[in-house]
Amino acid sequence: MDLTQLLAQYPHEENRLIDLLLDIQKQKNNHFISEQEIQMVAKHIGVSEAKVCSVISFYTLLSFHPRGRYVIQICRDIPCHINHSASIVGTLEQLLGIQMGQTTQNGLFSLEYSSCLGHCDAPPSMRIDGRTYVHLTPDKVKAIISEYRGRTP
Amino acid sequence: MIQLKINNIELSVPEKTTILNAARMNNINIPTLCYYPDLGLQSDCRICVVEIDGQKGLATSCSTKVREGMVVKTNSPRVLNARKTITELILSNHDANCTACPKNLKCELQSLANKLGIDQNRFEPVLRVKPIDTSNPSLIRNPNRCIKCGRCIDVCKNVQGMNVLELMGRGHDAEITPAYGRFLSDESCTYCGQCASVCPVGAIIENDETDRVWKQLHDKDKTTIVQVAPAVRVSLGEALGLPIGSIVTGKLVTALKLLGFHYVFDTDFTADLTIIEEGHELLHRVTNNGVLPMITSCCPGWINYAEQRYPSILSHISTCKSPQQMFGALAKTYFTKIIQKEPKDVIVVSIMPCTAKKYEAKRDEMKSDGIHQDVDIVLTTRELSKMLDQMGVDFAKLDETPFDNPFGITTGAAAIFGATGGVMEAALRTVYEVVNHQPLESIELTEVRGLDGIKETSVELGGNVYRFAVAHSLSNAKTLVDQVSNGTSPYTFIEIMCCPGGCIGGGGQPYGTIQKTRRDRIEATYLLDQSMPLRKSHESPAVKEIYRAFLGEPLGELSHKLLHTHYHSRQHT
Ligand code: SF4
Ligand code: SF4
Ligand code: FES
Repeated sequence: MDLTQLLAQYPHEENRLIDLLLDIQKQKNNHFISEQEIQMVAKHIGVSEAKVCSVISFYTLLSFHPRGRYVIQICRDIPCHINHSASIVGTLEQLLGIQMGQTTQNGLFSLEYSSCLGHCDAPPSMRIDGRTYVHLTPDKVKAIISEYRGRTP
Repeated sequence: MIQLKINNIELSVPEKTTILNAARMNNINIPTLCYYPDLGLQSDCRICVVEIDGQKGLATSCSTKVREGMVVKTNSPRVLNARKTITELILSNHDANCTACPKNLKCELQSLANKLGIDQNRFEPVLRVKPIDTSNPSLIRNPNRCIKCGRCIDVCKNVQGMNVLELMGRGHDAEITPAYGRFLSDESCTYCGQCASVCPVGAIIENDETDRVWKQLHDKDKTTIVQVAPAVRVSLGEALGLPIGSIVTGKLVTALKLLGFHYVFDTDFTADLTIIEEGHELLHRVTNNGVLPMITSCCPGWINYAEQRYPSILSHISTCKSPQQMFGALAKTYFTKIIQKEPKDVIVVSIMPCTAKKYEAKRDEMKSDGIHQDVDIVLTTRELSKMLDQMGVDFAKLDETPFDNPFGITTGAAAIFGATGGVMEAALRTVYEVVNHQPLESIELTEVRGLDGIKETSVELGGNVYRFAVAHSLSNAKTLVDQVSNGTSPYTFIEIMCCPGGCIGGGGQPYGTIQKTRRDRIEATYLLDQSMPLRKSHESPAVKEIYRAFLGEPLGELSHKLLHTHYHSRQHT
């Protein structure tokens, strides 16, 4: 669906801004919102481009920059932190050959921090492509990644 | 009335009062940081916290309303500790190099830290240095000093309706920027400076050009001319220890002479001239089926707004340059001839209530000889007060000196340019008389005075009744401009001033401007008008003389060349 069609499904209401932005991102394999899309969204909803930027910048789910097919988001909040999320980050960086904040060369994975994913009872946790994984260990992470690698794109 | 106890004192205050205001009404001071009277509540900084009996967490007094029987403590150990910790945390993410900041000793964060007795910070500095926005001639935005109080966002959004600034990111990395993290010059910022006037710290400030002025004043080969805008004489006193609303015209002239300016002139002179040119332009448009309504052009913030957001209505804007630029053009042509100097050896400085004037002076069109800017440097009222402080001038004790001639004799009509509605009133005083060959019944057009956002009046000219409107602050202007743009405007002539209250509330005026300050400055403005022997621009002998000796006639060839300009679309996206 192109952007104009998508916009047509949304009312000109500010309270639908986030849904709309998420929807735009979902349509794209590289999960980001371009400047041109921001302009069109701002016009459609009737807010300033600065406002749209503000919303995108607030939510870790939304991005200004192209990302990988699968966006891996690791919770950065305290419960995960004290339950060794750092070792999960280390494992992922090693497995994927990238640093936190980067995207793999084949465009398959991006690695990011996220704010609380709401699973403080089962730390450390991460989210990939909308799915949340909890009680992570390095081994579990390896299995999850190879499962994603095995998927046909 | 609600009964409550603050710090063991029994108080009775009206319903819906906030704890903060209840305390202030009773001389109990609660420190604040993000709170600014007249602006929307941010409840952001949490400096104003107090303890309420029976409530677990601390409450922000700026946003919590009083309740019957409430028992409040504003200075308990818990409160003091919280305030101190919050302030230290803010300071740890702030470029606190105070002596290298133009806001030094005027900074609200600095004085808060002082009051709370913070002389060392328990927290490590965590500031990640970000680039400083020096993209435009008017304002400098230094994100490293920003404390994210949100005042600038509020004023830009709700007072100006511009929505240029927003909070980007979150937590520690949060920053306040235009869209895409860009600079002010990339967005349709008007350079009105309202954000600078409410920023509690030095994060948005005018581009300080005092050093440039000192340099020119000390240059033996330069003849220095200064002009002073109408709104400065009713506000400068505040910044130098006099009561708000003091009229300081004579002292101001003395002070400028002390600084070393060779000629101290009055922008009121070209305000009178503006009325003559603009009045004739209006009559010309009315009688020749010209584009109407005509809209005033004295305010560069408004011009920036129109060029960037309403390019389709530019033909409605009077082609008259602003009084600042008319002055510059005459100074660098007519006056340089009188004193037998070359424009390159003459420096024109303006003292303005305005940050957008800095941008206006640098426009390409504003070069009468095609090479030199007509106005070389623009200082805000605040920058002038800084120079006087640097000189150690005891302003209150200065004698009064009149302005120099030939640009020194002015009228009450020019004096009121600084208040919203003033240009309209001044114009109608003249236009009425020119058309109807008799003076207005009452010279004071009270309908267009005061702080209502949009004001209107109607006046009979040559047998027809015409409607006139006035708007100040851009959110109000938008209402009138939308009518113009969709062809439904019922008016013949519209005055628009970008800043709330007009130039007396300009973005370059002394800090702490609130509605009451504006009212006091406006009152002083009209007192000034009343005290003038001449109150209509066309009666100014200086104006008559310049037409006789130099310009010829209103809208004549020379006027067109020197006193009129054109506008262009500068739409961003
Ligand atoms: S100068 Fe005026 S328009 Fe520009 S950001 Fe500040 S308040 Fe907004
Ligand atoms: S720039 Fe100034 S007014 Fe704006 S948020 Fe920062 S500190 Fe507050
Ligand atoms: S002054 Fe009350 S929260 Fe900032």
